Amino acid sequence: MTTSASSRSDVLPPPSERYTLLGWFRKNLFGSWLDALLTLIALAFAVAILVPTVRWATTSARWEVIPNNVELFMFGSYPRDQVWRLWLCLWLLALVTGMLWGVYVRRRSFMSLFLIALPVLGMLFTFASGVWVHYAAMIVAGLAGWALARWRPRLMSSVALVGTLLFFPLVILIIRGFSEESFLPGVATNLWGGLMLSLLISVVGIVFSFPFGVLLALGRQSNLPAVRTLSILYIEIIRGVPLITLLFMGQVMLNFFLPSGIVVDRVIRAMVAVVMFAAAYLAENVRGGLQAIPKGQYEAADAVGLSGFHKMTFIILPQALRAVIPVLVGQFIGLFKDTTLVALVGLLDLLGIARGVLANPAWIGTQLEVYLFLAFIYWIFSYAMSYASRRLEVALGVGER
Amino acid sequence: MSEPIIVCQDVHKWYGHFHALRGVSMEVQKGEVIVIFGPSGSGKSTFIRTINRLEEHQQGTIVVDGIELSHDVRNIAAIRREVGMVFQQFNLFPHLTVMQNITLGPIQVRKWDKKKAEQIAMELLTRVGIPEQAQKYPGQLSGGQQQRVAIARALAMQPKIMLFDEPTSALDPEMIKEVLDVMTELAKSGMTILAVTHEMGFARAVADRMVFFDAGNIIESGPPQQIFSNPQEERTKLFLSQILSH
Ligand SMILES: Nc1ncnc2c1ncn2[C@@H]1O[C@H](COP(=O)(O)OP(=O)(O)OP(=O)(O)O)[C@@H](O)[C@H]1O
Ligand SMILES: [Mg+2]
Repeated sequence: MTTSASSRSDVLPPPSERYTLLGWFRKNLFGSWLDALLTLIALAFAVAILVPTVRWATTSARWEVIPNNVELFMFGSYPRDQVWRLWLCLWLLALVTGMLWGVYVRRRSFMSLFLIALPVLGMLFTFASGVWVHYAAMIVAGLAGWALARWRPRLMSSVALVGTLLFFPLVILIIRGFSEESFLPGVATNLWGGLMLSLLISVVGIVFSFPFGVLLALGRQSNLPAVRTLSILYIEIIRGVPLITLLFMGQVMLNFFLPSGIVVDRVIRAMVAVVMFAAAYLAENVRGGLQAIPKGQYEAADAVGLSGFHKMTFIILPQALRAVIPVLVGQFIGLFKDTTLVALVGLLDLLGIARGVLANPAWIGTQLEVYLFLAFIYWIFSYAMSYASRRLEVALGVGER
Repeated sequence: MSEPIIVCQDVHKWYGHFHALRGVSMEVQKGEVIVIFGPSGSGKSTFIRTINRLEEHQQGTIVVDGIELSHDVRNIAAIRREVGMVFQQFNLFPHLTVMQNITLGPIQVRKWDKKKAEQIAMELLTRVGIPEQAQKYPGQLSGGQQQRVAIARALAMQPKIMLFDEPTSALDPEMIKEVLDVMTELAKSGMTILAVTHEMGFARAVADRMVFFDAGNIIESGPPQQIFSNPQEERTKLFLSQILSH
């Protein structure tokens, strides 16, 4: 150990790589005649595309279609006097996020700035109307959650976990409401719409398909022939059918099977179809993780005397799921985007609302603006999910050991 | 002598059409240390793995601590509680700390409370010489340290019998001794041990009996000095001359 200190001086420092900006240009863009040519061609293309786009976006684009319909885009026909309930959900979201952040994120990160910037931006854009107050409340709730977590990390880590688990059912309750006269009058699902509906369908899809898919994956490996056969049948049949078919079947065929008089709500039917679809794919991904677990892990768990249930929950599933986190998040991102298909069976999700807005004579010819806006929203959420998954991978040490 | 703790009678095992165990019979007394050796593929691993039902035998009887191994899962569970096993590849749980690796069985199977389990785990880690590694993950330890954790994990269930399947074969030479030292100490403490190993120094020093396996059956068995100085069978002589020559 004493030699390392003396030998350190003999070690050469890594070569310094300081470039000037000009040097960087010369090295990377104009290294040879061919490079220079390619650079110039690429530049010409970029200019040819960018200039008209920017000109269109700044002069002739009718961006007012977005602010004028922003409520429709966000929550469809949800009763305007009940919209505070949606805000309440967002405050809760901010509170839980703040707590989780305070408990789990130790180092300073660019993402925390981004998270705060979102409601601040919201405030700036809505300063004229009264809406900015809600954004301000979100910031306060988020910071309060964060401060609480920093103040009592031990206590708050369990509070945050319970909060996360309760958050989702609570949100559904708040949005759905109870009977007419109650404090939270019921809002029928046919009034749900816009981004809110897209998010709800996706979250229900993710939350419910996860346990269902894990069970299917285990069922597929089961020693009981009946369980195994049923699991395989389910997985292979669902995977052989496009989601849109399931959605149509849900909307049309369910009526044939159910006794007359029972009406299952259209939104719920779509959610069930999405969950069934996602579970089959999730099961296959989880199976991949299960197959990557060495036989020795099963044997060691057996030799220690663990029961089959304990072996799965403590030894096999934790390792298998950890190994497939990136794949699962990829699948969830795909699921989120696939929910746009519900527009084709008549639900007014973000895409459905967009089609409605575009059918309005007042907004004819604004396809480009509206679809760019949609693309942007979907990109934000997809990117956030993939960022979160990368953080989770690092935190759980996927790929180490 | 007292009641034997393991009784195997005419045990047969087939993998498909391959006859891996061909009528193995053997009795093990309480506190006996047995070293099993023999050429590769002779069925040594298969045999000791039938004792805690990691492999199922298809014919014959195996009775461990008075309980007969059958399809009854309660019997299998009861036997696994009494039998600890150490593998060639350690097979530690990589997502759990050393402490969690050791306490999982006692907490979930023996239903001890966490405090008691951790206290006993610390005692065992001290016994195998690595108390300071308790909070590390297996991937952060050397092979010898990992194998000692695996021994502690098996001992934490307070088994009556310990099975070792080539515990030092995956280790670098300088780590073999630290594991053998732990095994020697364990043997001297009165534990019943069945160890598949080709560490002949260990066998000579601590084995009560050596058992030579070939082609799915026991060819010869006896105390170490007899096996080393006066083996009865040609195959034993040949095999010993091969492994002792280098
Ligand atoms: N799961 C299995 N399926 C089929 N054949 C197997 C299986 N496991 C072992 N065998 C065969 O059974 C025979 C005995 O194997 P076993 O692992 O018991 O040998 P061993 O004496 O432990 O050898 P080694 O010293 O190489 O570990 C070998 O011929 C092996 O190929
Ligand atoms: Mg073997």
